[in-house]
Amino acid sequence: MHLKYESTLREPLVDGVKDYHKVTEDIIGPIEAKPGKLWYVGFFISLSLLAFGVFSVTWEVYFGTGVWNLNKTVGWGWDITNFVWWVGIGHAGTLISAILLLFRQGWRTGVNRAAEAMTIFAVMCAGQFPIFHMGRVWMAFFVLPYPNTRGPLWVNFNSPLLWDVFAISTYFTVSLLFWYSGLLPDFATVRDRAKTKLRKLLYGVASFGWTGSTKHWQRHESLSLVLAGLSTPLVLSVHTIVSFDFATSVIPGWHTTIFPPYFVAGAIFSGFAMVNTLLIITRKILHLEDYITIGHLDAMNRVIVLTGSIVGCAYLTELFMAWYSGSQYEFAEFYKYRAAGPLGWSYWIMMTCNVITPQVFWFRKMRRNVMVSFIMSIIVNIGMWFERFVIICTSLYRDYLPSSWTYYRPAWPEVGFYMGTFGLFFTCYFLFAKYFPVIAVAEIKHVLKTSGESFKNDMTKYDQESAEKFAHDLEHAH
Amino acid sequence: MAAKKFVVGCFGDEAVLFPAVKKVRAAGYKIHDVYTPFPVHGLDHAMGLRETSLHTAGFVYGITGTTTALSFMSWVFTSDWPLNIGGKPHFPLPAFIPITFELTVLFSAVGMVMTFCYLCQLMPFVKKHIFHPRQTDDKFVMVIEVTNKSNAGEIKDFLASVGAAEINEQIAEPGWWYGRFDREDRLYAEQPAPLNV
Repeated sequence: MHLKYESTLREPLVDGVKDYHKVTEDIIGPIEAKPGKLWYVGFFISLSLLAFGVFSVTWEVYFGTGVWNLNKTVGWGWDITNFVWWVGIGHAGTLISAILLLFRQGWRTGVNRAAEAMTIFAVMCAGQFPIFHMGRVWMAFFVLPYPNTRGPLWVNFNSPLLWDVFAISTYFTVSLLFWYSGLLPDFATVRDRAKTKLRKLLYGVASFGWTGSTKHWQRHESLSLVLAGLSTPLVLSVHTIVSFDFATSVIPGWHTTIFPPYFVAGAIFSGFAMVNTLLIITRKILHLEDYITIGHLDAMNRVIVLTGSIVGCAYLTELFMAWYSGSQYEFAEFYKYRAAGPLGWSYWIMMTCNVITPQVFWFRKMRRNVMVSFIMSIIVNIGMWFERFVIICTSLYRDYLPSSWTYYRPAWPEVGFYMGTFGLFFTCYFLFAKYFPVIAVAEIKHVLKTSGESFKNDMTKYDQESAEKFAHDLEHAH
Repeated sequence: MAAKKFVVGCFGDEAVLFPAVKKVRAAGYKIHDVYTPFPVHGLDHAMGLRETSLHTAGFVYGITGTTTALSFMSWVFTSDWPLNIGGKPHFPLPAFIPITFELTVLFSAVGMVMTFCYLCQLMPFVKKHIFHPRQTDDKFVMVIEVTNKSNAGEIKDFLASVGAAEINEQIAEPGWWYGRFDREDRLYAEQPAPLNV
């Protein structure tokens, strides 16, 4: 009698004929091999981008935020757009690792490690923007409530911007702990099969001396479950709080109660797109097609079309409420300065990329097509960037005072800063793909005998037996 | 802790492991531990381990975070420096909810991970004896302690009869020590005797 039974009707999560050792070989193998030429090319490009970003930021810190094209009307531009965009991307990782764990979605095991890594790197990138937007970045620690010589004068606990400080830092810490506690057993696997002294030393340190004791696994399972339970409301709270940065203000287009759910759905939408972008490349380069299957892409594309449609509904609701509320400022904002006006083009890019194109995923053939998934993931990423740009800039560039109306386009240090965070993100991701097990080895082994393709055939006999007998056997197992 | 003598048996399949654990326990041998490459559900019950209370610790850390955040913010705004922020109340409870929630999660998560590491004795540069190099790969390794009531040969035969392969005897330190995995630490007893000069 097996530990868990899964119907043969369900698609296998691991393709091919595998045993536990083969799983280890397939996933740990790339860590022990020399990286290919493509890896070096990609890593070098990322490092150059990062260097350019560091230069742009240094320029901004040296000369002040005046080198950015922000002005007295548009006080938040690319910086906060990029902040919200990166934080949103991070959300998919936590959704996959935490919410799908609570929902017992087996397919998450193939993608959770890489998605969580993406979360951590994305939040690292996001954090840069508000910090450097402060201008006098050496005073960034003023946001922390520490006993100081100015009174002590405390921070304003009523401010959503301060809530953000707590939300983002908690989110980063908890994601990191969750990710790393899952990595411990896999690092131990790398350590125990290491052939070189250096690898044995480094992975020995990184694995914290993990042995795989039954008691430790029991605690590990309990820890993972509670961390998942904590991360689930946490991830919802983080983007809710980010949306409060806008929703608690009195700017037309921002002052709406729909923002929290709308932002969370958008975050998951863009995050899954980024997971698709990364994993389609990763599975190809590391030959992990057996673990990140077409079925996985299908599942993620379903989430994309669902959350994309929620976002679409939110756009339409906004348009409706702008008219129905009878507020002339709200109406002007949406119908004159977003859908039309000098920045109207960005609104239509957003609409096309986020609402219209994802509808192709209603078709199974499209969901299961790797090329279509990849192109769509890029389109959604672009669309979600424009969503944040539209929300921030088109609300600001036409304010209450027509004399201060303006246009906004970024200066090179703003573009360079954004490019730099791409550099940071991909530098981290390339290092992760080379030195870390990109798929949770232990978790794959855990589902292998119920969801592996070669073990699926053994399930037919359970499919045929009566429900009573199955329940009886299950109760008396072990 | 002093080194102890163990009999180690490997299993290739968890379906063989479960009945074996039962039989070994029924025979009265002392299972030191079973090392598995992934969490095998039900194995802890089969071995007679008690449920972990880690989640209770997590709850306690969580409410510590809640009270820390709430009491600190209330103290700051009502007693230490009651600042007039746009005429808003000095004790705006709804505005305290986000930070209170975040600190609850933060305290709980950090506390639980630290407790987990403490209970399992996990730390960088902590070293433990690995009974079989493939216990983190594909082997389920049962380790039975040889006490003064049992003898190694008997345990070996018994393990073979319940389906274990690669059965051997090891003298090992059961606890942890500071060390590196790239170096073999030899037991004191096995160190070459100092030359008498």
